[in-house]
Formats: sequence, structure tokens, C-alpha cells
Amino acid sequence: MLSIEHYLFLSLALFIIGVVGVVTRRNVIVVLMSIELILNAVNINLVAFSRLYGDVAGQVFALFIIADAAAEAAVGLGIIIAFFRNRETVLADEMDLLKW
Amino acid sequence: MARRRINLPLRISMLDKVLFYFFAGTAVASGVLMVTRRNVVHSAIFLITALLATAGIFLQLRAEFLFIVQIILYVGGIMVLFVFVIMLVNLDVALQQIQFARQRWVGLFVALALAAQVSFMFWTSGKMPGQGLPVLTAAAATKLPPNSEAVARSLFESYLLPFEIASVLLLVAMIGAVVMAKKRA
Repeated sequence: MLSIEHYLFLSLALFIIGVVGVVTRRNVIVVLMSIELILNAVNINLVAFSRLYGDVAGQVFALFIIADAAAEAAVGLGIIIAFFRNRETVLADEMDLLKW
Repeated sequence: MARRRINLPLRISMLDKVLFYFFAGTAVASGVLMVTRRNVVHSAIFLITALLATAGIFLQLRAEFLFIVQIILYVGGIMVLFVFVIMLVNLDVALQQIQFARQRWVGLFVALALAAQVSFMFWTSGKMPGQGLPVLTAAAATKLPPNSEAVARSLFESYLLPFEIASVLLLVAMIGAVVMAKKRA
């Protein structure tokens, strides 16, 4: 029998993989993709609890998170393109204009 | 004859289990591959696999509407955007550069510590008497009405204002993306 713990652990695993991607990769595009993975992990939790309690509100919130992820991806990739046009790099540790 | 009369709920729960482990394994494996690949395009492909496997998990949880939204919006929309930007931005020299930041071991350690903490929390909450995490029953699934209808009803009755705010957010994001990516005149 599948319990809610299965989904919680799956979600935790995806979340941690996303966090590892965010903190260890240099390429900003991969960092953005890892954030998408984190948002997906949250969605799994919401849908699992929605199933558990037979209440559809969790799925509605997952929809909002998907809309949010779309907005974030659009703006983030716009920033990456603008930055690349100016500095010719997509590496996070070369984005140091504000570093003293 | 007796074999064919195994109760249906048991068979459904077996199928649920098989599908869950299949999709969960695919999602975790492609997530790991996504983070570790050197080539950004390969990372994008593995992210697509992970998102599709998540869509499978949604279907296994009887969230059909989210399953479709996940495939059309995430895999069809956001990932196309990502691949376009990779094509615009990707330099061949980027492949020869070091792909992981200097603080990678610290970051990995912190992430694993976080994983250990949360797993310990789940583990102890499962051990406590009467405080264990509840079990997904088959009855809970039959309580759900037809999924798209239920989502629409909830979205446009209880959550109408958040829905409108989300549409404003998308408009702002669209304008912001256009302004950001526009050439300076």
C-alpha cells in the first residue's frame, strides 16, 4: 500500500537534487532548470495531499505554482539573454559587477 | 477461477505501486543526470524526462487535469523556451570550462545535511504512536469527483481572486521578459 510517506520522500529527493543543482553549478541556465525541479517537487507534495484528503484545493495551488514557474522562467531567461549580450558569459561566478 | 477473482482493490493498489516506483525512479534518475551533465542541452533533455515522470506521478494520483497541464505547459512551453535560450547563448567554449562552482563540496554537504534532517523528521513522525503519517486509501480516490470539473469549480469559485492575480502576474512577466530581452536602442 502506498502511503503519503512515499510521495513525501520522492518530493524530498527531487527537492534536494534541485538544491544541489542550484548551489553547485556554475551555469546560470542549469541553475534555473534546477529551480524548476524544486517547484515540481513542491507540486508533488500538494497533489499527494490533495489526493489524501480528497480535496481539490491542492491541485489548484499546484496550478498556481506552474503559472508562477512559467513567469519566473520567462523573466529569468530574459535576464540571462540581456546579461549575455553585455558580458558574453553565462557563468554565475563571473557575474561580479556588484562585487567589491 | 479462484485466481481471476482476486479482489479488484488489491490489483489496483499493486498497479499503483508499480507505476509509482517506475515514475519515481525515472524522475530521480533524470534529476541526478540533469544536475551532473556537462552539456547544457543534455541537462535540458533530462529535465524534460523528469517533468514527464512527474506528470506520470500526477496521473497516478488521479490528477488528470494537472497531468495535461504539466505536459502542455511545462514540457511544451517552458522547456521550449529553455532550449531556445540555450541555443542563443550556448558557447562552444563553455563545454571546456569547469562546470561546478568553487563552493561545490560545501554546497553538497549543506544539501545532504538538509536531506538528512527532513528524512529524520519523516522517520520520527512515522514512529510516534498515533502520530504516524496517514495512509492513502482507495476510498479517498473514489471520493474525488471528475477531476477537471472539480478543479474548475474550485478555481473559479473559491480561488477566483488568486486566479486573477496570477493572470496579472503572467502579464507583468511577459512585459518584463520582452523589456529584458529587447535590444538597447
